[in-house]
Amino acid sequence: MTTRAERRAALLNQLPLWLGLVLLWMLLWGSFSWLNLLTGALLAALVSVVFYLPAVQLSGRISPAGALAFLLRLFGDIVRASVQVAWLALRPLRRPAGPDSAIIAVPLRTRSDLILTWTAVATSIVPGSIVIDTDRVSSTLYLHVLNVRTHAQIDRFRVSVLATERRIVRAFGSREDLERLALGDAVAAVAAATGAVAGDARAASARNDDDRDRRNLDDTGKET
Amino acid sequence: MSAVIGDVVTAVLVLSAALMCLAAGVGLLRFPDVLSRLHAATKPQIFGLIAVTVDVAVNNFTLGTVTLSVAIVAFQALTAPMAAHLIARVAHDTDRFRPELLVVDELGRANRRGDRGA
Repeated sequence: MTTRAERRAALLNQLPLWLGLVLLWMLLWGSFSWLNLLTGALLAALVSVVFYLPAVQLSGRISPAGALAFLLRLFGDIVRASVQVAWLALRPLRRPAGPDSAIIAVPLRTRSDLILTWTAVATSIVPGSIVIDTDRVSSTLYLHVLNVRTHAQIDRFRVSVLATERRIVRAFGSREDLERLALGDAVAAVAAATGAVAGDARAASARNDDDRDRRNLDDTGKET
Repeated sequence: MSAVIGDVVTAVLVLSAALMCLAAGVGLLRFPDVLSRLHAATKPQIFGLIAVTVDVAVNNFTLGTVTLSVAIVAFQALTAPMAAHLIARVAHDTDRFRPELLVVDELGRANRRGDRGA
């Protein structure tokens, strides 16, 4: 039994998605007229009723600067990695012998389906990595990575996926996810400080040299 | 003068897009197994596609073309990884890949341990 307030909250949560569908309709027609707005609104409502899916839990937080940083970095990564994969395909020499790819597990820190999906798609459209499987319970991505030969390279790649997750959480993530990131950093820093040999925790904390990370870390340090 | 600049921009964008598509085709033949070939099949053209659509949008700079270009790139970026993911998972589950090419296979390890949630 749902109360009226719950139903209103659910509708409010759906609103951005519905607006997205209307915008898409107008993008596809390529013109922003009242008629398009009206037909788009009707069709979006029809589509969300007929093709009903479980509602996505939006985080209710968006940071325009974070989103811009994420998209610019994503575009840069796509260009850089496209050239790399193209070179791998076109280079005149034969492929050197020995293993040169890996299937790795990257445990993410988020617990949100939406962030998990965003991170999976973002890592997937950057050439050199394909998401093979995800584990929703533990928010783990299983990736096939091209052109890695050593465990150091694999660790570096893992760190880069976690950095993508960090940018996405900063752009669209909920407050809980932001806190989880900071907590993860603190744990990694403690592990590194006490000399615990945890490969990716060390690598992750080694990367956290920008001010914001350190500040987050101090905050959680005081709280705990 | 601006016509020359326009031509140069078009040439650079279209040629790099063509090069990316060529690389994708060559990669399909030269890469050693299903999983590696998927990289070639789904990836370099995302940059090629962006280059071509940017060129179209720059040459016919109207609201209609720009919005359509954005929609094309967004949908390609959202759907290409899904296709790659499905093929990769099937290939991995049915052992149609070459384990000797892998430095590690942490998915295989997790599956054998049976500690993955459904």
